[in-house]
Amino acid sequence: MFSAEKMIILTYSSFAYAALLFLLASGLSLIFGVMRIVNLAHAAFFLLSGYIALEFYNIIYGTVSLIPRLVQIVSWAVVYFLWKFMSQTISKGKSALILILIYIAAEIISLTLWGFPIYEKLFFVKIPVKAVDKLNIWMLIGALIFTITVISLAGFFVERVFLRTLGQDTIAQVLVTIGFAFILQDGSLYMWGGDNYFFNLPTMLSGSFTIQGLTFETFRLFLFIVALVVALALYFCIERTRLGAIMRATVDDPEMARGIGINTNIVSMSIFAIGTSLAAIGGVVGASFLGVYPGLDFEILPYAFAVVIIGGMGSLGGALVGSILVGLIENFATAFFPELNYFALFAPMAIILAVKPTGLFGKG
Amino acid sequence: MLKKLVLLVAVFALSFTFSVKDATSAEKEFRIGWLAAKTGWAAQIGKDMTNGFKMYLEQQNYKFGPLKVKFIYEDNLAKPPVNVRKAMKLIKRDKVHLFSGGLLASTGYALAPLAERTKVLYISPIPAADDLTQRKRYKNFVRLGFTSSQNSHPQGQWACEQGFKKVVTIAADYAFGYETVGGFQKTFEACGGKIIKKLWPKIGTKDFAPYLAKFPKDLDAVFTLMVGGMSLSFPKQFRGAGFKAPMLGGITSADEFILPNMGDEAIGYVTAGQYSAALDTKKNLAFVKEYQKRYGKMASYYSESCYTAALFIHKALEKINYKYDRDKFKAAIRSLRVDAIRGPVYLDKYDNPVHNVYIRKVVRIPGDYKGLGVKPNSLWNKVIKTYPAIGQFYPDSAEKFLKQPVYSKNYPACKHCR
Amino acid sequence: MLFFGFLIIGGITPILDKYVPLSQLIMNEILVFAVLAMSLDILMGYTGLASLGHAAYFGVSSYACAIVMTKTSWVTSFAAYTWAQNNGLGIIFLLVIAIVVALFFAAFFGLLAIRATDVYFLMITLSLAMVVWGLAYRWSAVTEGDNGINVPGRPSLFGINLDDDYNFYFFTLAVFLICFSIMYLFVNSPFGKSLVGIRESEERMKMLGYNTWLHKYIAFIVAGIFSGIAGFLWTLFNLFVSPPDLELITSAEALFMVALGGPATLLGPFIGASIIKILQQFVSIYVERWPLILGAIYILTIMISRLYKVEGILGIFSKIRNSSKEMEK
Repeated sequence: MFSAEKMIILTYSSFAYAALLFLLASGLSLIFGVMRIVNLAHAAFFLLSGYIALEFYNIIYGTVSLIPRLVQIVSWAVVYFLWKFMSQTISKGKSALILILIYIAAEIISLTLWGFPIYEKLFFVKIPVKAVDKLNIWMLIGALIFTITVISLAGFFVERVFLRTLGQDTIAQVLVTIGFAFILQDGSLYMWGGDNYFFNLPTMLSGSFTIQGLTFETFRLFLFIVALVVALALYFCIERTRLGAIMRATVDDPEMARGIGINTNIVSMSIFAIGTSLAAIGGVVGASFLGVYPGLDFEILPYAFAVVIIGGMGSLGGALVGSILVGLIENFATAFFPELNYFALFAPMAIILAVKPTGLFGKG
Repeated sequence: MLKKLVLLVAVFALSFTFSVKDATSAEKEFRIGWLAAKTGWAAQIGKDMTNGFKMYLEQQNYKFGPLKVKFIYEDNLAKPPVNVRKAMKLIKRDKVHLFSGGLLASTGYALAPLAERTKVLYISPIPAADDLTQRKRYKNFVRLGFTSSQNSHPQGQWACEQGFKKVVTIAADYAFGYETVGGFQKTFEACGGKIIKKLWPKIGTKDFAPYLAKFPKDLDAVFTLMVGGMSLSFPKQFRGAGFKAPMLGGITSADEFILPNMGDEAIGYVTAGQYSAALDTKKNLAFVKEYQKRYGKMASYYSESCYTAALFIHKALEKINYKYDRDKFKAAIRSLRVDAIRGPVYLDKYDNPVHNVYIRKVVRIPGDYKGLGVKPNSLWNKVIKTYPAIGQFYPDSAEKFLKQPVYSKNYPACKHCR
Repeated sequence: MLFFGFLIIGGITPILDKYVPLSQLIMNEILVFAVLAMSLDILMGYTGLASLGHAAYFGVSSYACAIVMTKTSWVTSFAAYTWAQNNGLGIIFLLVIAIVVALFFAAFFGLLAIRATDVYFLMITLSLAMVVWGLAYRWSAVTEGDNGINVPGRPSLFGINLDDDYNFYFFTLAVFLICFSIMYLFVNSPFGKSLVGIRESEERMKMLGYNTWLHKYIAFIVAGIFSGIAGFLWTLFNLFVSPPDLELITSAEALFMVALGGPATLLGPFIGASIIKILQQFVSIYVERWPLILGAIYILTIMISRLYKVEGILGIFSKIRNSSKEMEK
């Protein structure tokens, strides 16, 4: 039924899909492996980074102004510093209460006098993004840097404020991260609207190249290269550098690590941030392939989990192997038995789990 | 233990009573319940739908004759159980006179029997499941949108006229896909065409590579039914894989909802639908201009269908002198012939609209098309042929059509498939 | 004691319904989800195995009932069903089907899942539920895929017409009370106590000679069966079944209901189910961004629970009671 050339093309496409999955799942695996945290909001970060990149492109293009965003950042900063200042004299709780009361009063005034709620202009802005027509490779790189910064900060925040307190409580982690997923999803809907956005590929990367009469999309190769670079970088960092050693020490024995003087808190925060940054890379790069729309996060989450489960949690090599397997199974199963392709993916996963619950390369 | 009990009862009583918001039973009020997605993946579509419906109400200043219109909007998340729950709330608490809205076929299938059970009319502007007005009739269900296959029937004939002989179909793996393709296949093969491959990617497919790998190389055209993100990614991947064949499709494959977000790969896409924002009639141009002004978006068939639904409700009420009686209203709405935004519309004996079907081609129009205020140099669905007064059974009679089974994955069978 | 509490609330609601319309329907829904949440609690609260795939059994039973009622082409099952219907036992027949199907799936999935613990158990149950969801979604020949299955009506029970919402409400209440009673007896039995022991320390139980694997497996199946009964009620309540009934969010909601109300009790899940369902119904009326609120509630509840070391709402109460007892001393 399938000629050799079709198989080749399909395999090539699968690897590109696997590359995207790797970017998404490696973060998840890292976070779990190192911090034992099940992050159900991981795909939501993935989606969020797509939106952030979208806004970034829009700002660069000038279709959206930077002002509302700046106003938002300033407003929050002002509130935060006010709170800190006030808590020096009055208690934290009281100052928070006073600030909230001031805010409510301001809202009422604004609504009666001007007819609109200030929260829309100050704290929770809506950005009317538009579709992006043409991209070039520098913008893509710029978007990557920008998005990674924002998402790492978000990651820091979430870990520090919420996840740190939960410790090893699995159920709590699951529920809190699902809560975040809801908030991120609905927040994105509010902020950027629910249209399906698609990024066009940077002109250098669109189109295809032909080898021996077979057409291959260039962008898929790009995805694969990005994933490979990231994988190598991660491997190098974790296994070969001092930083990696510190990370590994924190994982294996936190008590000991603290004993030697490693600040485990900062390490945890950083790891979570790195994990979400990986999702961010995937999100920005993958947005040209998958698009950006509400619901993408819950659609892609099962696949991320499939990769991590099959490959083994906490193992980088496992994430690599897992994503390749999932990419291949998904594509080939769809080609051969489309009815049952979901089954074809999750059944082997269930079986692997039943036999070796920690996954192929997982650490217990 | 007793304390716990008392607490429980108290909590309940309180939580129920705090939400007591008794519906006013003012005589001069007409209450319309509206079910659309406010949150979730379908939120933007829900917004377009609601904007369309509300635009009409706002243009009428929320008054239908002497009646003041109360518009009660509930978030249905595009999920059937939520729809059922919210519809019951609208009926029992808000005591709506009728309800409308809904997006998916599953919503239609969940709400139609509910309308019959509760004896409250459901005016359905979007759910396109064929059978709801064919073999599975429900009382109190009036459709004002279209059936999935309604647009495809003339499109199949059009495809023959263009000289296409071998077509590959690729459509989302659910009823909307089956019925759209089924309609196309029926008329296309009746005039000599051959469908040589039928593919069914699941909803939300990101990577079409496995499907593209199965495409026979000698196709004359591809017929697609894509929804949501799939509509955006398929043309790119199709062209990216080196296929040069023209693209044909169902209404959602290149509909005004996603057209602003599509790129050059969509140019030349020919889809069939009962509406196009580029329709060159005075009524439509005014509609598109107003919609753009109010909501900053190109009007889509979602907006138009809901706008027309509101229009029909108003006109039917007018006919019965604004004294709402369900059966009289039904008779009135069935007798209407309205010149709507999409063209002339009236209901057939099965409570489904008969309207023009437009063959639309995606073109890029430089500048501000007709001064409507839409972003310059946008993609538009230019109307290249009109099939007037097409009903859901075209080209057959109702009796003949109903003898065949409902379109499914395997009906019509793929006789020429390789 | 609790039994009478539920009976009273259940009984009051139809009266309440006259003043606050819709409360009967909401209560009906609460009862269904309470059964689901309680069944999850057996697994989660008492045995200590948190499952993210509990909606799977809920879903397969829902679908099984719907399929039996509508697929006339499946001659044998339909014939059996019609026979049962003619003898006034239609609904009991469906209940039996629901239980059997849920049992079958729980037994099968349990074999795959029970060996794992904690996070891995969560992951396995999640993936198994996704398989079932995928089947519901894609195997359209059987499940009608995305369209869902429309159920024509509720079969009668010995001549009592259950199509009437009022009657059906009492039927649901009755089923709920029976399930509750059985579950109550189950968790308070020696077997139930041993489950708590396993949750506390599996090693110790093993040393005492308990076959912990078997205990966990049985708990899993029992939980699955009650989940299936909830599914049976759900299909008949809505007269419609569709893939969203089994998606991840439904399982997560059930998990949250247990965590919110207080795990390892039976009242807890009921409270959790009530709060969530009432919120869902009413918050969305007043607040447009209600998923945001819901997400915030998830987070706040859990954070507060952990910060103050309480287990859900009932935990708060017991803490207050304990501290007041302390003060009395």
